[in-house]
Amino acid sequence: MKHTIHKLLAACLAVALIATGSALVPSAQAQDDYSVALIIAQGGLGDRSYNDSAFAGLTLAAAELDVNVVPIESSDPVGEAEQLLRTAAESGFDLVITLEFSHIEPLGRIAPDYPDTLFAIVNAIVEQPNVVSIMFDEHTGSYLAGALSALVTTAPDLDQVNPEAVIGAIGGVASSGIDVFLYGYLQGACDINPDIQVLLAYANDFGDPTKGREMALAMYEQNADVVFQVAGGTGAGVIEAAKDENFFAIGVDSDQDYLAPGNVLTSMLKRVDVAVYDTIERAASGELEGGTVLQYGLEEDGVGLTEMTYTRHIIPSEFVDQVDELRTQIEDGELEVIDIRVLEAEQFAIVSENPTCAGLEELRAALAE
Amino acid sequence: MNWDLVTYSFVVGVLASAVRWATPILFAALGEVFTERSGILNLGLEGIMLMGALSGFVGAYNTGSLWAGVLVAAATGMVMGLLMAFVSVTAKANQVVAGLGITILGGGLSTLLFRLFFGLRSKPPTIKTFGTEPIPLLSEIPVLGRMFFSHNVMVYLAFVLVGVGWFVLYRTRYGLALRAVGERPEAVDTRGLNVTRLRYSALMIGGAMAGIGGAYLPLANLGLFWTQMTAGRGFIAVAVVVFSRWDPVRALVGALVFGGAAALQTALQTLEAPIPSELLLMMPYIVTIIVLVGVSRRAEFPSAFAVPYSRGEG
Repeated sequence: MKHTIHKLLAACLAVALIATGSALVPSAQAQDDYSVALIIAQGGLGDRSYNDSAFAGLTLAAAELDVNVVPIESSDPVGEAEQLLRTAAESGFDLVITLEFSHIEPLGRIAPDYPDTLFAIVNAIVEQPNVVSIMFDEHTGSYLAGALSALVTTAPDLDQVNPEAVIGAIGGVASSGIDVFLYGYLQGACDINPDIQVLLAYANDFGDPTKGREMALAMYEQNADVVFQVAGGTGAGVIEAAKDENFFAIGVDSDQDYLAPGNVLTSMLKRVDVAVYDTIERAASGELEGGTVLQYGLEEDGVGLTEMTYTRHIIPSEFVDQVDELRTQIEDGELEVIDIRVLEAEQFAIVSENPTCAGLEELRAALAE
Repeated sequence: MNWDLVTYSFVVGVLASAVRWATPILFAALGEVFTERSGILNLGLEGIMLMGALSGFVGAYNTGSLWAGVLVAAATGMVMGLLMAFVSVTAKANQVVAGLGITILGGGLSTLLFRLFFGLRSKPPTIKTFGTEPIPLLSEIPVLGRMFFSHNVMVYLAFVLVGVGWFVLYRTRYGLALRAVGERPEAVDTRGLNVTRLRYSALMIGGAMAGIGGAYLPLANLGLFWTQMTAGRGFIAVAVVVFSRWDPVRALVGALVFGGAAALQTALQTLEAPIPSELLLMMPYIVTIIVLVGVSRRAEFPSAFAVPYSRGEG
């Protein structure tokens, strides 16, 4: 009997392992073409957000440029960080791009072992001679989203909003990578209406849309009628809630306006696809040196708001003009948006312990000193 | 803390949210009450719920009928329950390991199947969910009306099944046999009842209920399927069963306690309560642990709990 049990358990485990899919890393094809591997981050392909956006850039590069591309998925990209990076480098890829923010430390450690491979990491800066760092100005794009929300929340004659100046934002986890969106949003909202109330909350989860839906409904009960989601899969529930109760959600990373036409006010685009394509193109043509930091902001179309295909005609056109004007001011350097990632811990604490327009004023006063 | 926001509508909203949080957990916990009463611990609930969510979504998407989705989810859950029964009852494997294996299998398989059915597409497949159907008159009651009687039909189904579960467990011969088999399987065996068959049936009931609980998420709540969307609810259901001391009515209370804590933490975060968000986010789990510690001293597990039965070895 014992033997049968052991065999069965082994079979069970084998099936489970196959089903969960450990990362299978294909080797770079033995051709002369430039070869690129893209390591997919947590959340995986099909997140309709960050990973899918990067994958779109990769697919476009494969179609337009003379390059071979391979996406690498893992059920645990954080835990397997070092193996993934090493395997990709040893398989002979010319360029290895990782989308996983948590690879910052392992990448810095292993990159010197593979001097002939060019690495790129998104959302983090790794200082190595063969690593390119890809950064985004999420704070400026989110600023525009906040400004638009503050204008829309008190607009008369809009079914989706109430007269109260209350809006909300839901983050995946409390971390600088997410807070940079939330506090950019807060700045934009407060600059339009200093009396506005911005409800901030974290889901602590990027993959629980049911929780996202409940959180958005709780904010809606508190009169928030525009809710910005920066929470991956959890955010899908925020958009569902907006659709069900007819208020506005704001999408993130990819253009999510079509997910609930008329209830997604706009999406804060983070054009990872543009950055991935651009990086591959420059690397393949030999123009890109390791050690570079590529910054994608409003000017590079790396961040920004969508065309608002479904909402442009229902909101007053002067709102759109006003946001465009702010965009120009930021691009021209007339308007500065605080990037909380560059703040000292105690500076950030001023606003994170009091995440309101008043807290923001305090922070600005402290920075002006 | 921003007390201005604490209005009547807000408080009632939190209570209604607690019920929505509780429902999928309640389905799974009710089934697990039956499974554990028969002497089997099924830690595979999480994986079965995920398979239920996937199959329920696929069923509803392809037939256009939400109820068909519920049935497909129940059937899939039953098959998963059968698998668990084969491994734990027939092969007498360690139930903790077998259950965790089922959970891992369900998580991976549901992701794989979703990818196979729908591929990687930019527009996610969606379905129309069960809408809110307030019960006439009852939904007019202050507070309780919005809390319990202004939901979708699957919430009502869960409440009805609490009563059905109680009746079957305490008022039928089958329920009596099931309770006996968890306490003294050898006595049940000598009475000429089939221990194996009883435990298989209990696992199939548990599987079907977990499948329906999982299907609640796409069919009644979101209208879409998301990889790993159960997010630990299966394990919470196992905890709720211990809290309930294997009783369907107390399982309802346990699910509501967890749902209440989950809904409250969301509300407190948006009210800017002077508590770190990390601490608030742990609250539902802390409440669960405290409650478990509180009741587990009184909890008397079924005597034959998690012990495989072999004739003549007792």
